[in-house]
Amino acid sequence: MSARFTPGQPVRVRRADPPGHVRTPHYIRGKTGVVERICGEFANPESLAYGLSGEPVRPLYRVRFRQDAVWPDYVGARNDTVDIEIYEHWLEPAEGG
Amino acid sequence: MHGDDLHHHHDEDPHAPIENKDDLGHYALMTLAVRDLLVEKGVFSADDVRATVEAMDARSPAQGARIVARAWTDPNYKARLLADGSAGAKELGIDVGPTHLVVVENTDSVHNLIVCTLCSCYPRWVLGLPPDWYKSRSYRSRAVREPRAVLAEFGTAVPDDVTVRVHDSTADMRYLVLPRRPQGTEGWSEDQLAAIATRDSMIGVTVPKVTA
Repeated sequence: MSARFTPGQPVRVRRADPPGHVRTPHYIRGKTGVVERICGEFANPESLAYGLSGEPVRPLYRVRFRQDAVWPDYVGARNDTVDIEIYEHWLEPAEGG
Repeated sequence: MHGDDLHHHHDEDPHAPIENKDDLGHYALMTLAVRDLLVEKGVFSADDVRATVEAMDARSPAQGARIVARAWTDPNYKARLLADGSAGAKELGIDVGPTHLVVVENTDSVHNLIVCTLCSCYPRWVLGLPPDWYKSRSYRSRAVREPRAVLAEFGTAVPDDVTVRVHDSTADMRYLVLPRRPQGTEGWSEDQLAAIATRDSMIGVTVPKVTA
């Protein structure tokens, strides 16, 4: 498997709004987090949903975001996080995280 | 006149004939139509469908509770489970089908909470069917937006020095929370421990409790 990102690496979720079946929640688009783990390679749901093969398969990551980076008015502890599964083609390299 | 007696409304009559008044929506109707076509074409039988539904309904949080109880009593098993949740379940003879199970551990510094904001992804193979509230728009939107307020409504107070870690199951993984083993359970058997590893504690909205 050739994964572009490695655990611990800061990544940003693409700010895109394509039509169709997409499994990247709106609330996380444009946000920056850190790769928590590589989950493996999976068929792309964006084509699978329409009866296509889902190929080429895509690396899937769990990305950890600080809640105060996701919601500017987040009420909670400073270290609270949300982990989300995101396919590689939705991620780009980022600074910090 | 004599005919009218037979035709007055029987809405409240307990002896009225049972009528199927369900108005099937588009998707329910399509599901039935596709099922009938597949049965007709011999792809699978009507009994295959029935048996699959029966098997789905038979899964319950008892499977997850067995996993938790074993992890509480066997540190080596816990390590293997956290490294590969699906393999850990299979080790106990629990079939997880195609599920990629990720087990996340509650500690003295981390409390985990599971949600699926996009739909209602749920570790059905180890917890059975999800509760209605898990599928509600309210839980799905608020668990990720204000998890501490949601936890408080479930009666779970998480101190500020404990990180709340929400897991949004958006794709191919399914999550199970490994709660902390409560104090006062020293020397308990795995069966006793499994009894307090409740469904909600494995979703992360509560913690296991020992009732005196």
